[in-house]
Parts: sequence; structure tokens; C-alpha cells
Amino acid sequence: MKFTLSWLKDHLETDAGVDRLTASLTALGLEVERITDRAKALAPFTVAHVLKAERHPNADKLQVCTVDTGHGPVQVVCGAPNARTGLKVVFAPVGTHIPGSDLVLKKGVIRGVDSDGMLVSERELGLSDEHTGIIELPDDAPVGASFARLRGLDDPVIEIGLTPDRADCAGVRGIARDLAAAGLGRLKPLTGGHLDQAPVTGYGPSPIGVDIVAPAGACPLFVGRTIRGVRNGESPRWLQDKLRAVGLRPISALVDVTNYLTLDVARPLHVFDADTLAGGIVVRLAQADETLKALNGKEYRLDEAMTVIADHDGVLGLAGVIGGEASGCTEETVNVFIECALFDPVRTAATGRKLGIDSDARYRFERGVDPGAVFAGLERVTRLILEMCGGTPSERVVAGAEPDWRRTLTLRPARVHHLGGVDVPVAEQERILTALGFAPGLGVDGLLSVGVPSWRGDVEGEADLVEEVLRVHGYDNIPAVPIARPHAVTRPALSPRQRRAGQVRRVLAGRGLDEAVTWSFLSSAVAGLFGEPSSALRLVNPISTDLDVMRPSLLPNLIQAAGRNADRGWPDVGLFEVGPAYRDATPDGQDLVAAGIRAGAMVPRHWAAATRPVDVFDAKADALAALEAAGAPVGSLQVTTDAPVWYHPGRSGVLRLGAIALGRFGELHPGVLDRLGVKGPVVGFELVLDAVALPKKKAGTARPYLKLSPLQPIRRDFAFVVDQGVEADRLVRAVRGADKALVRDVAVFDRYQGPGVEAGRKSLALAVTLQPQERTLTDAEIESVAAKIVAAVAKATGAVLRG
Amino acid sequence: MVDTLKAETLQAIEAAADPAGLEEVRVAVLGKKGRVTGLMKDLGGLDPEERKARGAALNRLKEEITAALDARKAELQGGALAARLESERLDVTLPVRPASEGRIHPISQTIDEITAIFADMGFVVAEGPDIESDFYNFTALNIPPEHPARQMHDTFYLPDAPDGGRRVLRTHTSPVQIRTMRSVKPPIRIIAPGRTYRSDYDMTHTPMFHQVEALVVDEATHMGHLKGCIIEFCRAFFDIDDLPVRFRPSFFPFTEPSAEVDIGCMRSGGELKIGAYGDWLEIMGCGMVHPKVLDNCGIDPSRYQGFAFGMGIERIAMLKYGIPDLRTFFEADLRWLKHYGFVPLDQPSLAVGLSR
Repeated sequence: MKFTLSWLKDHLETDAGVDRLTASLTALGLEVERITDRAKALAPFTVAHVLKAERHPNADKLQVCTVDTGHGPVQVVCGAPNARTGLKVVFAPVGTHIPGSDLVLKKGVIRGVDSDGMLVSERELGLSDEHTGIIELPDDAPVGASFARLRGLDDPVIEIGLTPDRADCAGVRGIARDLAAAGLGRLKPLTGGHLDQAPVTGYGPSPIGVDIVAPAGACPLFVGRTIRGVRNGESPRWLQDKLRAVGLRPISALVDVTNYLTLDVARPLHVFDADTLAGGIVVRLAQADETLKALNGKEYRLDEAMTVIADHDGVLGLAGVIGGEASGCTEETVNVFIECALFDPVRTAATGRKLGIDSDARYRFERGVDPGAVFAGLERVTRLILEMCGGTPSERVVAGAEPDWRRTLTLRPARVHHLGGVDVPVAEQERILTALGFAPGLGVDGLLSVGVPSWRGDVEGEADLVEEVLRVHGYDNIPAVPIARPHAVTRPALSPRQRRAGQVRRVLAGRGLDEAVTWSFLSSAVAGLFGEPSSALRLVNPISTDLDVMRPSLLPNLIQAAGRNADRGWPDVGLFEVGPAYRDATPDGQDLVAAGIRAGAMVPRHWAAATRPVDVFDAKADALAALEAAGAPVGSLQVTTDAPVWYHPGRSGVLRLGAIALGRFGELHPGVLDRLGVKGPVVGFELVLDAVALPKKKAGTARPYLKLSPLQPIRRDFAFVVDQGVEADRLVRAVRGADKALVRDVAVFDRYQGPGVEAGRKSLALAVTLQPQERTLTDAEIESVAAKIVAAVAKATGAVLRG
Repeated sequence: MVDTLKAETLQAIEAAADPAGLEEVRVAVLGKKGRVTGLMKDLGGLDPEERKARGAALNRLKEEITAALDARKAELQGGALAARLESERLDVTLPVRPASEGRIHPISQTIDEITAIFADMGFVVAEGPDIESDFYNFTALNIPPEHPARQMHDTFYLPDAPDGGRRVLRTHTSPVQIRTMRSVKPPIRIIAPGRTYRSDYDMTHTPMFHQVEALVVDEATHMGHLKGCIIEFCRAFFDIDDLPVRFRPSFFPFTEPSAEVDIGCMRSGGELKIGAYGDWLEIMGCGMVHPKVLDNCGIDPSRYQGFAFGMGIERIAMLKYGIPDLRTFFEADLRWLKHYGFVPLDQPSLAVGLSR
């Protein structure tokens, strides 16, 4: 919403300067977004008088002018065809910044003649595109005077960002009312001059009638009037200046007055050329595939949800959005019909949105036009048209009725303090509300019963009234109070479940993986490689086909990110993400997943060690570290080899605790990488954090008692030969099971296939640590345990001790 | 005789080139058949007076020679060690073995910072699903069906639920307010950080972003508390004790009265600096919970009241850490993560200082 200072002063009697007014606007909730003071840029430009204009001795199209600037005569070389002796012009001295060309004017010698300034066109001032000649000022323009002031450009333009609730402030008057309430001046009455809205005497009934056949609510009230014998032409200078200042192009008096009232009192209107109308006006819903060529020159296809203004031949305009070209006013218009109506905000918004039309009328109708000012609006526009264009008005024609907007709310004056935290005396509350147009009256028990004005459809309850009082009183005047601490010592803000997600993050980062945050959605083609997502997870209106389904896994985004990093020249990538994956669209269908990938070299080229590409055990290590951070009993996990299809079938595993799968890890399937265009190997893991059981309600913080043995541990190595397909884990478990009391640790320290071991078999070497508890073991006892271990392994796996 | 022996022996000790040569000297002098040993044996043939004097002299000699032997031995051994160490010299300017530490994403770090501050004011962290019903995302928050935010161009929709209910990707974290109020009795003090979604993608918008919501409901919390809480948060988060914070009346369907919050800043030459510099920058919306919202959650608005606010996490992270482009948050560019990320041990804490 844009307006000028002088326009504001049409409604507000005030001594306040721009700075105070704008500070007050922002404090009232009418946030000032921009103040444009054109006078500043135009300050050096003054009125000058061309004393003499002669042809340049060396150039046909140039003239040498002697101009009186008010500070003595100055010589200026000018190329404008209209530069001539006796003309009043706009002069810029040397050193002036020329806004239109963004250059600073220098003293020049043009074809051998000195030039000490410039006579300017509108385009050079940035006022318009006019550049056929220099600006011609009236003969009585005083030499040396400021051009900006002469043209009325010394009027700051203020632009506010309007919240959707403040329909009343979509007009200058509403803004003035708020400022008056805040003590910045007095709101002028709507009487006299261009504000006058007293009823006009009509002569005879309107020859054009109005019929509302649209459903209830679409157009509750339509008032109109015919004016015969108007002369359309340019609107007066004051009106053109106002419109231009806020960025509107003056068109003609009949159009300009409607734009004026739209901005002045948020009262959109339409004026039809009555001679183009076939029969009376009908307000109805559009028929399917009806079309309208609108005033913006574009053709629109309508549907049955849109309210239109029509005559007996067809659609004239879209109610509350835009008028039609055919029935618009032209220079030749003689008889007009004025429309002043109320339209349903929701339908108006929907129509505008569907057709992509943003108009000043739509802006106001979708916020809600004052239902109590429809008749006044018609009278005021009639007066302005009669003043500017003459003519004979008819009596009013009225269809529908003014909706009942009157309502009374109750305000407990103490509520302002209880909700707002600041004391505002009751008298001041009443003053504020009254100044805003409310009608507060003292009710029973000290309650205020407050009548709401017609233009404040947004005020619905007590809390709204409190806000009105507070914002005028000033949010700045509410004392800030610290909220009471519930406990002297801070308590945890995180649940154990939330806390461990953070721990997993920091552990994975500590292992060298960088944390990524990637989209929750991805392309369904890619998602399909990681399990077919449920159709319930497909977006109805994706922003692009690349982001059209909720992710079933975090891996694809991370793998693709690795690919992008490799393409940029960074092939060694370690990334993880802790975030949601989606099984279905219910509130429980979202899992908190920790996933990570590694690509390229795990050990990069370096003098101290041989380079090594990432492998499945890197991913397994990451997965186990994350699970441990999440509180899983890592020592008790089993690995099965049934990872999903996006993993390498022979180089992947599922980490299980009993029957519960906590996660999976492995080398990514080369086929999947191929489809994603990413070079392998890439390894990764995915863990469902919520699958890890939370610790039982804690019984205390004490750890179990630690019993340390004073006896030396004994280490024995065993080399077994076993069938190639037997998993090492089976041997390890067998060793552990052989003597649960003594076997403390089992490490696999070698794995061998080749000469000395028959084909189809492998050798696995295990280091077993025995920890005696009671007394030192005798050699015989050690031999007996060793024999038990060999027997257990043999029984479990068919392995034999290597000879 | 003794003097000569001493001089010759000390000379021989000095001349010994290695521990073996030194041992030869020792044996020649102090061994079983050594010269000093021989002289000691001869003592028996002397008269008592002479034997006493001579014995003392020989003992002194023996001590002196032993000391000289030990000294030379230490010297020779030291030299051998030094020679060995010299032969073991490495080029210590070689780079260390590669070990990489990852970084925590600025969004996670910022959420942890926010959590630390609000924990200190008695808030706990609440959560809700990303896929919401339009009831939780809109209706319960007093956003009517015709509200522009509900239209297709802002909200991502999913296929309707089997019961016909509309499903959306939450457009803000505010539905967590509703979920909390419908499951917990006041007093309530929560923050809810999380992913949010809007169908918008340009320089300053991404289709996914993060917000944090705060909600306080009890019988006495008013706008003064709202101001106090937000001012404390802003100053702690940005680590600027005198950061100006301004509240402007505004409009949100789910709060009444409503406000937008600005913090002090300076804009010069494309650079933005937070602090008491006279200019203002909007960072969040807030207000007193709308009575209709309380009512929608089964909380009696005539008894309970409170405040709520919400802000963009990327936005405040960008402001605090000088990150210029929103879109880069989601690109997983290693160079960006290494530069703007945080070392994992920097767990934000008010006790040790929030900012790095």
C-alpha cells in the first residue's frame, strides 16, 4: 500500500514530520517498508529562463542558449528541438547527478563551444520516457525555484506492508485513523471538497437496472447510478499527481476517480460506458467456458465458480477483480453507469488466483470492503464525476441489502493487563477504541461493551480488542519480564530418545563423516531403486519431478551428493545424515534414521601407508559405532546376510538383536550406483534409531560393581581350517561358548587361502584371551581349555586345527 | 711408583676407544693379575707403619681409577647411543598420517544452541510428524479453509487419507503446538524444532527448511513475558548483550495479539551486521495464543493463556554465522560442510559458552 504525505494529510490534520509519522506507522503494525523522497534526487534542478537561443556555429542540430538561472546568465549547449528564446526550462548545473542517465554532469566543450550545465527532459529526470524535447514550464514559473516543489514532487511516497487483517488500511483514510488514534493528529471529517460523500440529488430512475442472481453471499449488495451527458477527458492535475506518485498511470477522469477512491478509502468502483450495455446489469456466476477480454488486454476463460457482472449479451467484468475492455470508458463516452458493490472475499480471491490477476480491486475485496460505506462510496464518486465531467445523475439503483455488520463485544478492562502485561487506564482504553471508530460503553460490572465499526471485520473477540488497545498504546511500552524459571537448576530439555540422536550425530562426525541435511523428498524413479514407496507418499503437487515422493531411505540423496562432490573433483567422500525416512503417510509412518556413506579412498595416497578404497567393513564400523552411541548392546548383535536389494548381495549384512533388525550395511549394488550415475565403490549403512530399545527407566546412576582379577590373562593362538563358506563369526561364537567363565576375548587376526590350505577351504587364526578368576591355571588346565575350544569349534563349524 | 702407575692408568683409560678397550685397561690394573691388585698383595711384606700408609695410598688410587673407569665408560656408552640415534634420524617435516574428522551441519548445531538456551528457561523439546493432516496444520490453528496459505501454490499435498482427510507436508512447526496441547495439560513450555515444507524455490526460498516453534501455556503468562523470553533468547543466541529487540504489531491467525520481532542490525555495501546499529531486521513472528486455538485443543481460554513464536532456523544460522545462501544448506558440498560446519566436540552449552 503506497501513498504520499500530502495524500495522508487530506485525511489527517497533523504537524508531525515524515520521521515521526513513519515511526508511528510501524509501531501501529503498519510496517513502513520504503520511503521515497523524490525531492532529494531532484534538489539541484531549478527553473531557468532561456534568454537567447542561437544556432551552434559548428552543428546544425545544436543550439547555444544563454539562460538565466537566478544566479546570473549561463551558457548551455542544447540539442533539444524545442529549446527556444523565452522558454521556461529545467536547468541542471555542472556537478549534478542526472537520475535518468545515472551520470554526473561535467563542464563541457561541445564542438568548440563551452557548456556550463544542461536543460533536461522528463526522461533525464527519471520521471517518464518523454525525451522528444526538454521540459517546458509555464511562463509564470519563478526563475531559480525548485523544480520538484513546482511539480509537486517534494512529497515523500510512503509504502507500508499491510497484514491481511487490515482491510481498512488498504485505503489512506484507515491509515490516517490509526495515526490519529496514536495521537499524531486529528482525523478530518468526510465532508467538503473531494472528501464529500453527502447524497446527490438524482433526476429520475436509472435507465439501467441491476439484478443479482448469483448465490447468496456472492454479491450481498450492489448499488449503482447512471450519469448522462458526461465529458470524459484528462482528470485534474491534483488527481493525476496523486496517482502518478503512487505509480498509477492517469488514464481519464472517469477511470482516475475510481482508482482514487480505491486507494483513498479502499472502495473499489467500476464505471461502465452505459451505451455499450445491452439491457440491465446481471450479477451471476459465469457459465463454463465463457470468456472475457479484460481491461488489461488479456482474454480469460471463466468457470462456474466465478462471479461476473454481465448484461443481457454476456460478461462485462469479473466481480471484484477486473473490468472488461468492451464496456470500459473511452474519450467518447457520454453516458455512464457506476457500480459500487460488495463481493464475497473468498470467491474474489479464488477467481483472481485461478486466473492469475492481481488488481487493486481484488487486493481490497479479498480482504473485505467496508460493508457500511457502499452508499457513501457511490455518492462520493458521483460528486467527483459531476465535478470533473459534468452530467446528470439518476437516482440510485439498489440490489440486495447491506449485510448486518453490527456487533458488540465485551472487554474486561483488566484483561489488557492480564494478557498484555501493561496497565492502561480504562479511560485511555476507551479513548483508543473510540478514536479507532469503536463505540465503547460502560456495561455492568465495569465491563466495556464495545460496538465494532463496519470497517473492522477482523475484530471478532476480546483478544482483538486487547490488541487494538495495546498496539495504539505501544508494544514498546509493555515492560519485558523474564519468565520464571521452574527450577533453580536447569533440567534436561531432551528426552533420552532425542538425546541419543544427537550423540549418534557427534559420534559419526567424530569418525570423519560430514553431516549433511538433504531433502525429505526425491524423484520417484530414484526412490524406486530403494524400495517402492507407497503411493500415499507421492506428492500431489511436487515442485518438480526430481522431488515428487517422500524418501523411503536416506541413502539415495547421500549417494547422489557423493557423485556431485566427485564431479567437482572431491571423490573421497564420507557423509551422514540423521533424519526422517517415510514408510507411510500416517504420523507413525516416519522413522528417525541415521545413514551414512563412504566413497573413494578410505586411506588416501600417502607416504606412510598404501592407499585403500572404502570397503564394507568401513560401513560396518560406522554402523556399529552409531549403534553403540544409540545405546545398542553392540557385543550381542548378530549379522545376517539378507540386506535389501540396493546392497551388494555378497558384501552386505543386517545387524540384528534377536529378531529385531536395527540396521544394515554394505557395499552399494553396482547396478544401483550405475543408475544413479555414481562411480563405485560406495559403501553405506542405514540404522533405524527407534529400533534400538531405550534403557529401562533408570534405577540409579551407579554402574555395576567392577571386579578386577589380580591374575595375569593368558593368550593362546589357534589356527583353524574350515570350509570357505563358513562365517568367521560362527567360529568366534563357538570359542566364546566353549568356556564362558574363562574366555574373555576372541580376536580374528588372520585369514588365509592359498598354498598349504586345500582348495575350497580357508584358514582362520584366532587369538583367545583367557582370564583366570580364582587362581593361576596349571599347564594341564590350560591344555584342557584349549582342547575344549578346539572341540567346540569343530562341532559348530567342522573346522580342524591347522597342522 | 704409585704416581707413575696412576698417570699411566689414567692415560690408558682416556685412550680407550670403546667399552672393550676400557675393560682391558680395567683388567690390567684392577683384575686378579692387575697391577694395583699385585701391589695390594705385596702389602703383607711391609712393616705395620709402612703398610698402613701404603695401603691408604693404594686404596685412594683404586678409588680414583674406578671413578675414572666409570666416567669413561659412561662417556663411551653415551657416544654409542648418540651415534645410534643419529642413524635413526627421520624427516619430521613429513605430513602426519591422514585422519579426518567430520563436521556437524550448521542446522544441527543451531538447533542444539537454541535448545541449550530454552532449556535454561524451562522448555522441553517436542516433536511432531512431517506429514500432517490439514486439521493440525491449518484448521486447529484458526487458519480457515479459504486462507491463501492453504492453496496449492504454497502447500505440498499428499493423497487424501483413507478416511478422506487431506494430508499435507507441514508448512510450519505450529502443528506441534496443537499436538502438545491436545496431549499434555498446562502448564506447558515446549520448543519444537523441525523440518517444514513450502512449495517455493528461488534465491531465498527452498522447498524444505527448518523452523523452531515455542509455546508457553499457563494461567499468568502475558506479553511482557513474551517480550522478556524473546529478548533473552536473541541476546544469548547472537551473543550480543545489548542487542536491540523490537516488537511490532502484526497478524497471524493463531495468535492475538500478534507481533513481529526485529533485531538491530546494520546494512552496508551488501554486508549485514547484527547489533545496536540503528537499523532493523525481522527475525520471527510471535503472539499470545489465540483463544480459538486453545479452545480447539480443549484448553479453557478463560483460564489459560500463553504465548507462541516461530522462526526460521536457517535464517538465524545465516545471520549468526554469515552464511550467504540458503540453498547451499542442502547441497552436501564437502567444501561448504567443512567450512561452515562445527567440530563434533563443540556441543553447545551455556556453561562453557554457546558460540564458536
